[in-house]
Amino acid sequence: MSGVKPVTDLFASELSVVNLGLESFAENLRECGAPAVQVRWKPPAGGDARMIAALDRIARSTRVDVEAANALAAERILKSKPMLIGVGVALDVVPGMKPNMVLHSGPPVTWERMCGPMKGAVIGGLLYEGLAKTREEAEKLAASGAIVLEPCHHHDSVGPMAGVMTARMPVWIFENATYGNRAYCTFNEGLGKVLRYGAFSDDVLDRLRWMETELAPVMSAALALHGPIDMRSLIAQVLQMGDEGHNRNRAGTSLMIRELAPFLVRLDEPREKIAKVLSFMHANDHFFLNLTMPSSKCTVDAARGIEGSSIITTMARNGTDYGIRVSGLGDRWFTGPAGIVDGLYLPGFGPADAAPDIGDSVITETAGIGGFAMAAAPAIVKFVGGKPADAINFTLSMYEITVAENDAYQIPILDFRGTPTGIDLRKVVETGILPVINTGIAHREPGIGMVGAGLVKPPENCFKDALAAFADAIG
Amino acid sequence: MKVLVRKDAYFDSVVLMLLSRELKGRPGVKDAVVAMGTGMNLGLLASTGCTAADLAGATPNDLVIAVDCADPAIADATLVAAEAALTRRKGTGGTGAQGVREPATLEGALELVPAANVAVISIPGAYAAREARKALDRGLHVMLFSDNVTLDDEIALKTYARSKGLLVMGPDCGSAILNGKPLCFANVVRRGPVGVVAASGTGLQEATVLVDRAGSGISQAIGTGGRDLKNEKVGGITMLMGIEALAADPGTKVIVVISKPPAPAVAAKVVAALEATGKSAVVHFIGLAPAAAAAGSRVRFAANLEEAAGLAVAIAEGKTYAPRMFAQSDAEIAALVARETAGMAKTQRFIRGYFTGGTLADEAWIALHALTGAVWSNNQTDAKFVLADPKTSVGHTVVDLGDDVFTVGRPHPMIDPSTRTERIDAEAGDDSIAVMLVDVVLGYGSHADPAGALVPSLVAAKQAAVKRGGRLAVVASITGTPDDFQGYARQQATLEEAGIVVMPSNYQATKLAVRIMEKVVANAGGAR
Repeated sequence: MSGVKPVTDLFASELSVVNLGLESFAENLRECGAPAVQVRWKPPAGGDARMIAALDRIARSTRVDVEAANALAAERILKSKPMLIGVGVALDVVPGMKPNMVLHSGPPVTWERMCGPMKGAVIGGLLYEGLAKTREEAEKLAASGAIVLEPCHHHDSVGPMAGVMTARMPVWIFENATYGNRAYCTFNEGLGKVLRYGAFSDDVLDRLRWMETELAPVMSAALALHGPIDMRSLIAQVLQMGDEGHNRNRAGTSLMIRELAPFLVRLDEPREKIAKVLSFMHANDHFFLNLTMPSSKCTVDAARGIEGSSIITTMARNGTDYGIRVSGLGDRWFTGPAGIVDGLYLPGFGPADAAPDIGDSVITETAGIGGFAMAAAPAIVKFVGGKPADAINFTLSMYEITVAENDAYQIPILDFRGTPTGIDLRKVVETGILPVINTGIAHREPGIGMVGAGLVKPPENCFKDALAAFADAIG
Repeated sequence: MKVLVRKDAYFDSVVLMLLSRELKGRPGVKDAVVAMGTGMNLGLLASTGCTAADLAGATPNDLVIAVDCADPAIADATLVAAEAALTRRKGTGGTGAQGVREPATLEGALELVPAANVAVISIPGAYAAREARKALDRGLHVMLFSDNVTLDDEIALKTYARSKGLLVMGPDCGSAILNGKPLCFANVVRRGPVGVVAASGTGLQEATVLVDRAGSGISQAIGTGGRDLKNEKVGGITMLMGIEALAADPGTKVIVVISKPPAPAVAAKVVAALEATGKSAVVHFIGLAPAAAAAGSRVRFAANLEEAAGLAVAIAEGKTYAPRMFAQSDAEIAALVARETAGMAKTQRFIRGYFTGGTLADEAWIALHALTGAVWSNNQTDAKFVLADPKTSVGHTVVDLGDDVFTVGRPHPMIDPSTRTERIDAEAGDDSIAVMLVDVVLGYGSHADPAGALVPSLVAAKQAAVKRGGRLAVVASITGTPDDFQGYARQQATLEEAGIVVMPSNYQATKLAVRIMEKVVANAGGAR
């Protein structure tokens, strides 16, 4: 009778039902004391026959084992150990950096297609480097083709908002202690008028010069005294302190101050200089964002290039396009139009002022924090007028599109469940559940700065295009 | 610009941003800013038209509410509303946050309940096979309620399921009882020694209800879907697995098999499988004359659903089954027939069966077929007796109102009784009708009060007959148990109070209708 053992096993167990369809069937079972979970079922891929066919082709593929490839990708993400190891100058340490190069956030974009804040930041970068003297000169130079514009992501780097990085800028250096890969990111400039929001006035450039000449050397020296900082451990802590590592970094910034203060005061530097550094960190809740981002980059990069893996290893936006890259599809970008953020605006601003979604900071969601860890940061759900329960539900819904739960990053209110980690392209398309992204809102004109914050949805088509390509690649 | 400064009232900036947005949305408000009096905010407020006097003395610990309205009364009302909103916020005692998990996928549901063992699928047929396959991949048994699943998909699913030892009940499987729990359309019956595998939903319901009424109970009742035995390519995969599982189930003493006549090769396989179980079995192939039991065989054949149930219970209890037609005595039946035919007009010559259960309609059609003249139906394969228009009865007619032609764009009549009452209302003026025969199916899935929904139309039809100088007989049976949420006794009382004869089974109801019709014919002959 072994041929029907599962049936006789069923007869000997408690009935437990998953119900897809008429909800009354589940209600009736519960009334009879049988557990029944209702699935909020929708047609797969929104009923898109081409996508369903692609999903089925992938499921039937005998050429590669997608599950095994994804398991390997997830393992590499979970085993990654991003360490902050030092501070350097972009030209010296960032791979492929050149004096006439400006790195920017998101997928590749030409000068002509750049949005306002991105153009403003490029202008600011050229002025800062001394490659141009005026805005007009900088615009001409950027349009001339003499300046190489490339994504940060092509140089092991990430940058928030416009994400502009130029040769002289100081950068944080991260190393993955498990897999050896490195990642880089500029220092966060603070709020208000800043380069990453497209501002390039003298005070912006002066602050950048102070960061280059005072902040970075001080940080470098303090970090040398301290030794490498285990970012995985710090991020694990901040998730238990109400941060999610993307839109809320107040706990993380505080922890960094705690971490570095004893070493800062030991430096042979004037008291005022140290005080200025500490005040600068204190005044900017997002100081820590430029650390969670390269940590995340360092982490997910370890899962790139695994044949047959449908794990998304990059998500990024440049204010014009939203782009993703998939582990098993090499360096190809799949892009769609950058969306408008749904959120709350600072006094005096409204949706008409908003630039489309911009920045590499969505690398945090890619690595399983940020919006994916929203349940850990219920305070920020108010940005979208929601309740803490919504924050929990945002995180819960992300388990539907990921393959793993993080063993280090845990969420207290979910009984210390690990954050949803490793976005599976197949699941995104199948369920139509798009990654939840917390983000800031930039003003559409260069130089005005942050005007709000909220949630943004990626464009669906980039996931669909990537899935079609994935099916072609493995089918 | 009207400005209000409240000293020492700190609020989170997000709360204030929300409130600003709320105020801006009020009619008559051009602009509104609610913010703490930080240097940056004060600068901003000044730039939007607040005077220095307005903002004098405001510190980062003070709340500033500024509204810009053409109408000063609206401005005042808005300031009041802003203050009220902030006070309300302070007073709101939160009960804490709890997420509500509504998984969007089967996989998500399984994360929530890893021990789940059955997937019940009632989504549109075009997608059902795909979800069923995923459920099988994850080791779940499947109850596929959905129809419009292709034959190829059914064969593929069942072949795959068999390789994993899993059951696929369906497609188009309406009823099952597993471990005492009713699935989809099913009744609350006692647990007991009788195991059922049925290719018919209402057949399964009627048989399990009658086992319960006979004082016994059901171990498991497995639905297979209508094509399982009928189609040779499917070959009874689910039926055969069901039989094998019930054979191995220590809780099952007798196995009952119910199906419309299977493909002959499949029928032989089913009987052979039952022989191989070593357990007693009762087979009812609806509409086939029962075969004689083979010598030494423990497989018996029943002539109708009631006999299948009665025989199974008798075997389980070690008793001898005494075949009978009616629960009541012959005298009682004769009195009932006399009462129901008294006062019928000469025009009244035909029977009309209005059914919600397909198999119950079949059973009625088969039992009525001995009547003089054709019995028409929309529910059988003999082309000679198929109604030209299923929506109009002619002569003797048994109509299955659960047929696809009646369920396009509206629920099954077991859920929505109006399909049937509209049909009865439409035909109530037909003076040729002598008897109406109906089923009332209770249990999960069915309407909350099917008898109550049906009675007004039947009463109206009866009254119309009386007005015409005749008398309409109405005979019903209830497929249900005392534990069904509609309550058997309550449903019975509703029908009887309306002058409707309630018989203990569909078979007996049909046979009583035949008796009444015989009397109608005899009376007509006598008058001649």
